[in-house]
Amino acid sequence: MALRGNLRDFTVTQLLNLINLAHKTGTLVIEAPNEVAKVSFRDGKLSYAQIGQDDGHLASILHKTSRLTTGQLRAIQLRATHVSDKELGLLLINAGHMTQDDILSSLQSYFTDMVRRLFTWIEGSFRFENDMMPPPDRITVRLDLENLIIEGARQLREFEQLQDEIPSLEMALRFTERPGSNLQKMNLSVEEWRVVSYISPKNTIQQIASAAKMGDMEIRRIVYGLIQAGLVEVVRPDGAAPVQERARPAIPVQNREEQKSLVNRLITRIRSI
Amino acid sequence: MQTVKMVVTGPFSAGKTEFIRSVSEIDVVATERKISSDSERAVKQATTVAMDFGRITVDEDLVLYLFGTPGQKRFDFMWEILSEGMLGFIVMVDSTRPETFREARSILETFRAYAPTPYVVAANKQDVDDAWELEDMRHALRLDGKVKLLPCVATDKDTVKNVLLELLYSILAEMEGNEK
Repeated sequence: MALRGNLRDFTVTQLLNLINLAHKTGTLVIEAPNEVAKVSFRDGKLSYAQIGQDDGHLASILHKTSRLTTGQLRAIQLRATHVSDKELGLLLINAGHMTQDDILSSLQSYFTDMVRRLFTWIEGSFRFENDMMPPPDRITVRLDLENLIIEGARQLREFEQLQDEIPSLEMALRFTERPGSNLQKMNLSVEEWRVVSYISPKNTIQQIASAAKMGDMEIRRIVYGLIQAGLVEVVRPDGAAPVQERARPAIPVQNREEQKSLVNRLITRIRSI
Repeated sequence: MQTVKMVVTGPFSAGKTEFIRSVSEIDVVATERKISSDSERAVKQATTVAMDFGRITVDEDLVLYLFGTPGQKRFDFMWEILSEGMLGFIVMVDSTRPETFREARSILETFRAYAPTPYVVAANKQDVDDAWELEDMRHALRLDGKVKLLPCVATDKDTVKNVLLELLYSILAEMEGNEK
């Protein structure tokens, strides 16, 4: 079934968050008014990216990341037309021209830049194709998405959207217990680390903002980024008054066994409809 | 005569009225009006302005009422009134309209704040090709793994029954949990 929609309703950051949390494999296709982007993922990690008319070949990427000169690129394009990316990579390594790490870091840097470009896209439709992967001759990478998600969240400027995402500053935060989320691997800014240092179910977001001397907009943006990256979740603060019980009981009998009996009668009746 | 009630809530045009209509033994008392806004009219012709009201008689001593909340934001003053004394609630979400997911999340949070009762989320229109997968919806709606997110087709009595039963099982489980 479809994972499709519009960038007005789901930002690229939110899509990356979903792909990361659901460990999705496939290709996110984004069709903006003037360009089409195809970003592939394996098990929720960035694998490959291509935007617009870029051919996405290794030689072009190495040229764009200044690993190959224009002359070298032209020579490869003329004389190695039937060589796959993987074969070209091996040839360059065997010739001592560059190392495997050089190639992988060039690809990682290029794909990351492609995704960064997408953060500025606010118009267009998206769909996730589970069966679409980059051509098999291409070299793919495995990049965690958390840092990219944090970067994307930093660019969110719409206060109304932030208010929708974090409606109340009277809630607290706690670190998620999700396996795989690792704070040490994150590239957090000084301000983000300051917020992280105050995170506790005892502190409301408002209290953290006061302690860190931040305004509503700034604290919301940082908290939004941490939530999107799957590092924290919003909880009711410790010590907060419990939700007020209603004066009128939900079940019109007091005795526990009678209450259970009433629910069981409802179950029997619904089953019989 | 004892009466209990459940509330069916969710964004505009999520399928609340059809859901109640599928299992109610009376014609649903739906207070629907023609829609004035162009954007809303594009989705459906009439909307619930006050509430839907359905009934399931359990036996001569017990009746279950199903209340559907108005989907449009400007009637949200009714939500707190409707939530009072409810046994539990169902959040309906149209699986084919991701543009409503954020609102669904907001409605869910609002109802949770009104009353600490069990709830389930029903992913409506799961029979349509454009429907999002349940696990994708779970992440988009930021639902905890423990929250029941159930496939549903509001016009299909069996799936509606399943949603109601799952909510009742949650209510029963909470009662048993409170005993321990």
